[in-house]
Amino acid sequence: MRLSALDRKLLRDLWHMRGQVITVALIVASGVATYVTMRGAYESVAREQQEHYARYRFADVFAQLKRAPNSLTLQIASIPGVSVVQTRVVVEVNLDIPQLNEPAVGRLVSIPERQQPMLNDLFLRRGRYIEPGRHDEVLISEAFSSANQLEVGDSIGAVINGRWERLRIVGIALSPEYVYEIRGADVFPDNKRFGVLWMTREALGPLFNMEGGFNDVVVSLAPGASEAAVLDRLDRLLEPYGGLGAYGRDDQISHRFLTDEIAQDRVTGIFVPSLFLGIAAFLINVVLSRLVSTQRNPIGLLKAFGYSDVAVAVHYLKFALVAVMVGTAAGAPLGIWLGLGLAHIYQNFFRFPVLTFVAGPKLIVSSIAISAMAACLGALSSLRSVIALPPAEAMRPESPPQFREGIAERLGLAGLVSISARMILRNLERRPWKAVLTVIGMSFAVAILIVGFYFFDAIDYLVQVQFRTAQRDDVTVTLAEPHGEQARYDIRHLTGVLRSESFRIVPARLRFQHCSKRIAIQGLESDADLRRVVGQNLDVARIPHDGLLLTTKLAEVLGVEAGDTITIEVLEGERPTRQVPVRGTVDEMIGLSAYMDISAVNRMMREGPTVSGAYLSVDSEKLPMLYSQLKRTPAVAGVAVREAMLESFYRTIAESLRISTTALNLFACLIAVGMVYNGARVALSERGHELASLRVLGFNQREISFMLLGEQALLVSASIPLGFLVGYGFCALLTTAMQTELYRMPLVANAKTFAVSVLIVVTASVGTGALLHRRLNGLDLVAVLKTRE
Amino acid sequence: MGDVAVHALRGVTLDLLPGEFVVILGPSGSGKSTLLNILGGLDVPTSGEVHYRDHNLTAATREELTRFRREHVGFVFQFYNLIPSLTALENTALVSEISENPLEAEECLRMVGLGDRLLHFPAQLSGGEQQRVAIARAVVKRPEVLLCDEPTGALDYATGKIVLDVLDRVNRELRTITAVITHNAAIAAMADRVIRISSGTIAEVRKNERRVSPGELAW
Repeated sequence: MRLSALDRKLLRDLWHMRGQVITVALIVASGVATYVTMRGAYESVAREQQEHYARYRFADVFAQLKRAPNSLTLQIASIPGVSVVQTRVVVEVNLDIPQLNEPAVGRLVSIPERQQPMLNDLFLRRGRYIEPGRHDEVLISEAFSSANQLEVGDSIGAVINGRWERLRIVGIALSPEYVYEIRGADVFPDNKRFGVLWMTREALGPLFNMEGGFNDVVVSLAPGASEAAVLDRLDRLLEPYGGLGAYGRDDQISHRFLTDEIAQDRVTGIFVPSLFLGIAAFLINVVLSRLVSTQRNPIGLLKAFGYSDVAVAVHYLKFALVAVMVGTAAGAPLGIWLGLGLAHIYQNFFRFPVLTFVAGPKLIVSSIAISAMAACLGALSSLRSVIALPPAEAMRPESPPQFREGIAERLGLAGLVSISARMILRNLERRPWKAVLTVIGMSFAVAILIVGFYFFDAIDYLVQVQFRTAQRDDVTVTLAEPHGEQARYDIRHLTGVLRSESFRIVPARLRFQHCSKRIAIQGLESDADLRRVVGQNLDVARIPHDGLLLTTKLAEVLGVEAGDTITIEVLEGERPTRQVPVRGTVDEMIGLSAYMDISAVNRMMREGPTVSGAYLSVDSEKLPMLYSQLKRTPAVAGVAVREAMLESFYRTIAESLRISTTALNLFACLIAVGMVYNGARVALSERGHELASLRVLGFNQREISFMLLGEQALLVSASIPLGFLVGYGFCALLTTAMQTELYRMPLVANAKTFAVSVLIVVTASVGTGALLHRRLNGLDLVAVLKTRE
Repeated sequence: MGDVAVHALRGVTLDLLPGEFVVILGPSGSGKSTLLNILGGLDVPTSGEVHYRDHNLTAATREELTRFRREHVGFVFQFYNLIPSLTALENTALVSEISENPLEAEECLRMVGLGDRLLHFPAQLSGGEQQRVAIARAVVKRPEVLLCDEPTGALDYATGKIVLDVLDRVNRELRTITAVITHNAAIAAMADRVIRISSGTIAEVRKNERRVSPGELAW
């Protein structure tokens, strides 16, 4: 195939301007890569979620209760809208895992003795289903198995209803109910110390006095059924049996986390690529408009020879399209590669039978279409001027640029500004929009970096406040059942305990007018020091002697203010209903909480000094002894170790955050380099003649570099404060967007975050400047004597 | 060009004397621009030597050549090459700022007859006015050598004569060695000395008995 002469010119132009073409292509590649990665991840995870839920019959409604007879099952099934009912026994026990010092918490979930289709069905990754009659066999969740390197054939110890049992692992399983495996009240998953184990109903029932009964029910809804109506009927049915309140998928913690993550990918997949492609469009505009103005003559010639306006415009459009398509061709595979990596990271958090990252043809085609759109958008104004240029006009040199007195003169400051600086200022003032857009683009580079580092700041702050200032215990012990005064004494005298503070947790439903929320009321000691209630500004809130202290978010959900009186429906024991005043609110960053004085809770429950557990400060040397003691204490349902949990958190979440931040930093550098490089190259092309003349007149290279790069330096400097504002704005926006009931990110960004962001952008800019400084060496001094620009 | 050596200049021996006005004449391609580049420190000859007072420019580095141009040489280009973003006064002051003992920029512009155009930008000036700004810019540093490459090449007859008149005055008042390169033989009459270049060699050196004032020139 022979290339047309015009296409050959195109190739030569592209080669001639390869530096600029490459920077545009790199920014497009970043945009396309993030689009393919995030959009692909969104589509892949959403599809996998849907398929997994459908294939393994994820339930629609969930409820826990104290104990109900199996006969209630029929009544539940007859609730209008209920399709399938499944009752279970679910209990949490203390586990002893080999190689793990601390005790772990196992959630035992009953399954039928013979494998049959059920709600929240299991996918068996390895091993086999439990053999009928083998009461010591269990299946364990994959997350728990891989965190603790437990395999089929291994045994773990468990304290089951006061007895020490050995459980044999026969299979590794996954359930749609535990795609994200996290313990109810936790903020971060800790797969090492919390896991799900499945045992047969026949084995589990007798151990917990659940023969002929159940304490957990899951329901699937018939198509078109009203979830709210079913929840209401189910609650009324379960109330006499100690029902803790039914809830739908929205409040199912695994589903909630997974759905939030998918939604976030969707937003990121739109926002970040638009930013990059917007910048790419701007750069195309800069590069192409310069190309067109240097090629007025050829444009005139082509038109004079009979090429149509459109044919000439298409020629220049191709320039933009080729630059962008080179970027797309690099970005799409990069996006797929990053997507595969992201899917790999996701597999540590979200357990699906398979999570394949698929970037389908539709996604690739749409990425091509979007980047082509960016090219057209960027080329638009140049193409318009190509079409509008009459051939006769084009053959004449461009009329000299018009300048006027700059801002310095108008402010009467001319004397303070050197002539070289005046040149810089007037060049910027001549095309104010270009300068403004450059500053905005550069400020995005600064902003992206700030956002990337902000996540670390926010999480560090959150950890600092929540796990160092508020929660200062070494170990939290939770009892299987509330106990009296004796338990308080026993806990205080466990090995190595230096200080202990009891707490009482009561499940309840809080009501105010038409709003209600299921919550665990936490009764804390009034002079608590190991577990304090701390707001975002590190202010320690006092627990009122009577009445409630609510987190701001919970107050918002219920629509209450300090001074209001709300209804507490206790979901435990005698299930009393009480009117309790709200004494204040505290803006904690994690969860929804309601605090009371422990004696106020005891009074409300009309019980003696009863406790649900205790916060302990422990002599670190005696920790191992304490752990082994706790592992074998039947009354203990769970042990949480603060440092271990933080360590696991930093290993998982912080690691994946580091990867995404590194990618963001790289992208931000590309933007900075692309902006500075193209800005300076165009300036060099526009002013090369002028600068070469000055070299002839005896200016040295440093002086003309200042004139050329000073403009870019000024733009970069202007973009920094704006970048701070935009970056902080993004952080504020993200803080608001990511405010969920589960956690609220604090709006804190360290000075270091700002400093490092600036340092990176400035380094990228200076590096680019150094590259161009060397280019000034190559100015043709002799040519300027002879040629008109 | 391949392995064929092209000599732009060959066997040229030439002295420029203090205060003298020289016109270098020659058709295009004769090598006169190469000569000007060498004289101005923009280029060095492949063989032979160039001296400026006690400096040997033949072996000078790029930095030394830059310093030579900065301290001693004034250039006037065919297409003026003014900085479009600077006013006439600023274009001139730009050079005086990097000189050790410059003239007043404003004074230079008055000398070239532009005392009333100080604050105009190049786009607001005619070609002849722009060229006079270029001359003011070239002389503001008190150069010892003023090199002018086709200074009237882009101008019409009347304007060209005004520019030549300015050059003549600068030469007389500041005693600057002035070398004007041109293919316009009529200009030769205003010189002290005329050097005719042809095919890379000096074809003729002629001393004028009398320097004709630019006003009397005609072409």
